[in-house]
Amino acid sequence: MNDQAAAKPAITPEPAITPEIVAEHGLTPDEYQRVLTILGRAPNLTELGIFSVMWSEHCSYKSSRRWLKRLPTTGAVVIQGPGENAGVIDIGDGQACVFKIESHNHPSFIEPYQGAATGVGGIMRDVFTMGARPIANLNALRFGAPEDPRTRHLLAGVVAGIGGYGNCMGVPTVGGETNFHPAYNGNILVNAMTVGLADKDRIFYAKAAGVGNPVIYVGAKTGRDGIHGATMASAEFRDDSEEKRPTVQVGDPFTEKLLLEACLELMATDAIVAIQDMGAAGLTSSSVEMSSKGGLGIELDLDLVPMRETGMTPYEIMLSESQERMLMVIRPEARESARAIFEKWELDFAEIGRLTDSGLLVLKAGGRIAAELPVAPLVEQAPVYDRPTEPTAPARPLRSESVRAIEPIAALEKLLGSPDLASKRWIWEQYDHLIMGETVIRPGGDAALVRIPGKAKGLAMTTDCTPRYCFADPKLGGAQAVAESWRNLTAVGARPLAITDNMNFGNPERPEIMGQFAGCIEGMREACLALDYPVVSGNVSFYNETNGKGILPTPVVGGVGVIDDVDKAISIAFKAAGEAILVFGATIGHLGCSIYLRELLGREEGAPPPVDLAAERRNGDFIRGLIAAGRLSACHDLSDGGLLVALAEMALAGGIGAEIALPANLAPHAFCFGEDQGRYLATMPTEAVEAVLAEAKLAGVPARFLGRTGGLALTVAAGNTISLTKLAAVHETFLPRLMAG
Amino acid sequence: MQAAVVVFPGSNREQDVAKALGAVMGHAPHMVWHRDSEIPKVDLIVVPGGFSYGDYLRCGAIAAHSPAMREIMERAKAGIAVLGICNGFQILTEAGLLPGVLLRNACLTFVCRNVGLKVESSQSLFTNGYAAGQTLSIPVAHHDGNYFADDATLDRLEEKGQIAFRYCAGDGTLAEEANPNGSARSIAGVFNETKNVLGLMPHPENAVLPLQGSVDGQPLFRGMVEALS
Repeated sequence: MNDQAAAKPAITPEPAITPEIVAEHGLTPDEYQRVLTILGRAPNLTELGIFSVMWSEHCSYKSSRRWLKRLPTTGAVVIQGPGENAGVIDIGDGQACVFKIESHNHPSFIEPYQGAATGVGGIMRDVFTMGARPIANLNALRFGAPEDPRTRHLLAGVVAGIGGYGNCMGVPTVGGETNFHPAYNGNILVNAMTVGLADKDRIFYAKAAGVGNPVIYVGAKTGRDGIHGATMASAEFRDDSEEKRPTVQVGDPFTEKLLLEACLELMATDAIVAIQDMGAAGLTSSSVEMSSKGGLGIELDLDLVPMRETGMTPYEIMLSESQERMLMVIRPEARESARAIFEKWELDFAEIGRLTDSGLLVLKAGGRIAAELPVAPLVEQAPVYDRPTEPTAPARPLRSESVRAIEPIAALEKLLGSPDLASKRWIWEQYDHLIMGETVIRPGGDAALVRIPGKAKGLAMTTDCTPRYCFADPKLGGAQAVAESWRNLTAVGARPLAITDNMNFGNPERPEIMGQFAGCIEGMREACLALDYPVVSGNVSFYNETNGKGILPTPVVGGVGVIDDVDKAISIAFKAAGEAILVFGATIGHLGCSIYLRELLGREEGAPPPVDLAAERRNGDFIRGLIAAGRLSACHDLSDGGLLVALAEMALAGGIGAEIALPANLAPHAFCFGEDQGRYLATMPTEAVEAVLAEAKLAGVPARFLGRTGGLALTVAAGNTISLTKLAAVHETFLPRLMAG
Repeated sequence: MQAAVVVFPGSNREQDVAKALGAVMGHAPHMVWHRDSEIPKVDLIVVPGGFSYGDYLRCGAIAAHSPAMREIMERAKAGIAVLGICNGFQILTEAGLLPGVLLRNACLTFVCRNVGLKVESSQSLFTNGYAAGQTLSIPVAHHDGNYFADDATLDRLEEKGQIAFRYCAGDGTLAEEANPNGSARSIAGVFNETKNVLGLMPHPENAVLPLQGSVDGQPLFRGMVEALS
């Protein structure tokens, strides 16, 4: 091997590649053999580094690719599916919505503030790289048990980091979800989603074109931070993960705000041929992806890269994950006008190379060639694995008679104060959710709603996943995550359009983990197809394990929908006393995998509630029709905790109580806390009830009158009552108390 | 009436205030980039919210020394109306145009929510659209809004009617729970002595449309435009 390397004296000499160095770079002996075959010689260290990040799980999707192909990614509204920086859908009026979700799990566990902040920064960059102005952020967070000694520190840091970055960028953080479970004690999940708005005919892509065109580096300078972030994200944690702290990047939202404004200003001209943000694997992946998509070569002079520190080697420059940087190919004649824009915003603007027709990535440094690699094989011959899968054993159905009955009001009081159901106000009040002035439905409801500036229409958005369902039955859990997001969008009156997914799983080299992954994908596929709800972007995060213990399978679904007139949208809050409360969808009282079972009886068992996609669609379409016709005053999807929890949330949001009756044919605890899917609670004027019930019957949608709004208490079956004041106290206390220690 | 909104690197509510103001004026205000020492001849200058220069030093400290600020101080002295919102309020205190300083919130975290706001004085070109004692619902969104000044300064501000707004409960009473950031004497906004400069932490520009959940910010913009037209 060394003899072959010596035959290419132009390459900067670097230490010989030993099997240890190969292993440290996360490449298997087989993968290294593949490198040797492609090159016909041994790589130098810089080249090995480039292969290692490009072929890391994070960048190459080598374990997931085969399965991701199963997801439906096309549809009438899809302009750009997975494979670009973000997905793009048509929202009418010549406008497009650009959105994506991405994980920053490993860095956030090591350094919660910076890990979460740069996660938010990275996903916003993905969206504005495509020419879209970010108009909303969301997130999906999973922490360990509240009593785990690390949870408080991690939660405080993550929330401050998300707020610190998003607030400074001036993009409202409008929604999200937060769960707690011991399975995340050693591996928290921080998934950040950005939704952007662009003109349909002004979308920017990464595909390079035009031999000789200049390659421009803009944004922040390159330092040694984040080297090997992508490979870190592709390995399990061990007890020494603290030592990986130097691989966590440091965010600078101020610079990113300038970069956003400068990029959008440049994008209003026709200077840009291709653009790609420097995210994971920094300069390496951005240069390789742009040239590979254009079928071209690229030549970079690393001496021209703006640097924050001296003495950085080509290896370090190529693998740095310093934030707030972009790589662009521009038309040569636009050089000076482009430079002027970046100078106005006081950002670096450096011409560091050009496109070639060689098909090679050539890196020069100090007058020598630091690396020379063929671009196409680097991308196309990346390993793809068909990892062995072991399907999850079917969950044993729960015998309903084995579930102890607790009086509904007493149970409700406990549930509303439990970690997953307690109010998350402590979190979202730290996010500026009102900036831009278009937030119509704020955090705390089913879906957030943001108006499109200058229009009547708005975009509804939500993130959803129920990991305990996915663990018990991956396929059903995958379908449920998709269905719940579709339902949440529907509940505010929006038409669900498309999703982005964030697949968070354990070590894919373990067959049972791949079984979970494959199962979730299958379920998501079925739900996406049944609901005409394609996947347009996504991210896979494997190796969420510490010392061999994996997280619950957590395929987070970020859904986006549109409503033609935001004035027609409704929230979960009760609006007036004396209105009728109806439940739509069939209530069977399914308690398997329920929060009731887990929080009150300490049992995590049983099969999750079935997902009937045909019923889901039928019920949702019916509800959306009622909302569009202005016939409902409030609506809430039923999910975690079941009917009585949803009713309490509606009452608390509106400051108006309610009284409902219990049915005779179902045990009270099953009726109140069963988590049957495809259901909604809604209110309407009393005189409308008869007609709505008749129409529901015609449409084949189960519907039933429950009771009425009014008063300042929640009453279940006459006499059994609790005041809203007391409920609110329980609901609002959990997080502030936890965080105050 | 003509207005200018001064944009610093890191400003981020400049569009929000420009829209709110433009809707009342009937035309858009001038957007002035911070490096321009030349601000057009206007009746009102707005220093908007955001994180000028990242607020990596003290909030507003760097912006207070920009060329645009020197010009704004000249204009303020000449009697031109100057409105600073949130980061703008911080900048105006840093520049010495308004008394007091804004410290980190007492809760130590960023706070975004609608708060109760009591109008302390309607006797100004900014607040003439309100009645004194009126209670408003306006959002706050800040990390450093904890108004502080020594007791002598606070006494003087009260004496001279320089307190514009105070945080209050829904019924207008002052209470610790209704004070989102620990501000001294619940102060949310103050005037300079001649009352041609107002700084406030809450965001009236995000409470001008029904879809925003409150329109209580509207009279501020309407009142200003009426007074300055």
